[in-house]
Amino acid sequence: MRHDLVLRVIAKLLIPFILLFALYVQFHGDFGPGGGFQAGVILAAAVIFYGLIFGLAEARKLVPEPLVESMMAIGVLIYGGVGVAGLLLGGHYLDYFVLDPNSVLGQHRGIFWVEVGVATTVSGVMLKIFYMFADRGKVDEE
Amino acid sequence: MAVTVVVMARSRNLFGVVVLGGLYSFLMATVLVAMDAVDVAMTEASVGAGISTVLFLGALYLCRSEETRPVRKPWLPLAVSMTVGVVLVYGTLGLPEFSDPQAPIHTHVVPRYLNEIKQEVDVPNVVTAVLASYRGYDTLGETTVVFTAGAGVIALLRRRRKDRAS
Repeated sequence: MRHDLVLRVIAKLLIPFILLFALYVQFHGDFGPGGGFQAGVILAAAVIFYGLIFGLAEARKLVPEPLVESMMAIGVLIYGGVGVAGLLLGGHYLDYFVLDPNSVLGQHRGIFWVEVGVATTVSGVMLKIFYMFADRGKVDEE
Repeated sequence: MAVTVVVMARSRNLFGVVVLGGLYSFLMATVLVAMDAVDVAMTEASVGAGISTVLFLGALYLCRSEETRPVRKPWLPLAVSMTVGVVLVYGTLGLPEFSDPQAPIHTHVVPRYLNEIKQEVDVPNVVTAVLASYRGYDTLGETTVVFTAGAGVIALLRRRRKDRAS
């Protein structure tokens, strides 16, 4: 598959748009359909697509494994951190009203960061599972 | 969708089954769009048709792509699954009709969410607001579940690799 010109060109054309769409779904989740989970999956799918066409090693070079593994944990930590930030500012855990003097803006801010956390964890986990599965085949061949 | 399921059940070529599974997911996503659940449809299309198809193909790459004949006749499992299916369908008969405004789900907390979301959160997509704000704890739990699943996969597959190396 490494020398398939059509696939490579199409992939190079499509992947930027997939990434852009993931960002759109992420940051437009407040207004249209979508949100952190969907954006995370689309982001992971873009990298998986790249890995399928250009080989696993190239994808690993692009998105190294330690980054993927730490993304899994960082996402949950961001989410929990939003809760703790609410605590520190004098509210309840996961209380967004206190994140900004204007309570509606506080809600916006809280939802934004929570969605970022969800997207980070989801794309990390999806990529990690893909790497793990794709790796099994190589181990078996050796 | 019914045709897809029948072909999937009868086919012995696992590659075809995986592709048909992706097709089924896309059809399901279309149904969800028709029911105005765009967020769920998006998830179904990306996870069901995208990621899981890729994972199935990866698993298929590791084994033979032709299903072996079952050793025994599948009458007992068939009977069990048919019974469960009939019971589930019987259960749905007791549910309120689709888009019935008097259904309990629409009279409990939904009016409060829909009426006060403008003043409290002011996010046009109510699904996002409910998920991330009103039901923040649940979503935190879900994110932790996804994280735990990933950690479980790492724990399972990594040990296997080390065994092989030693």
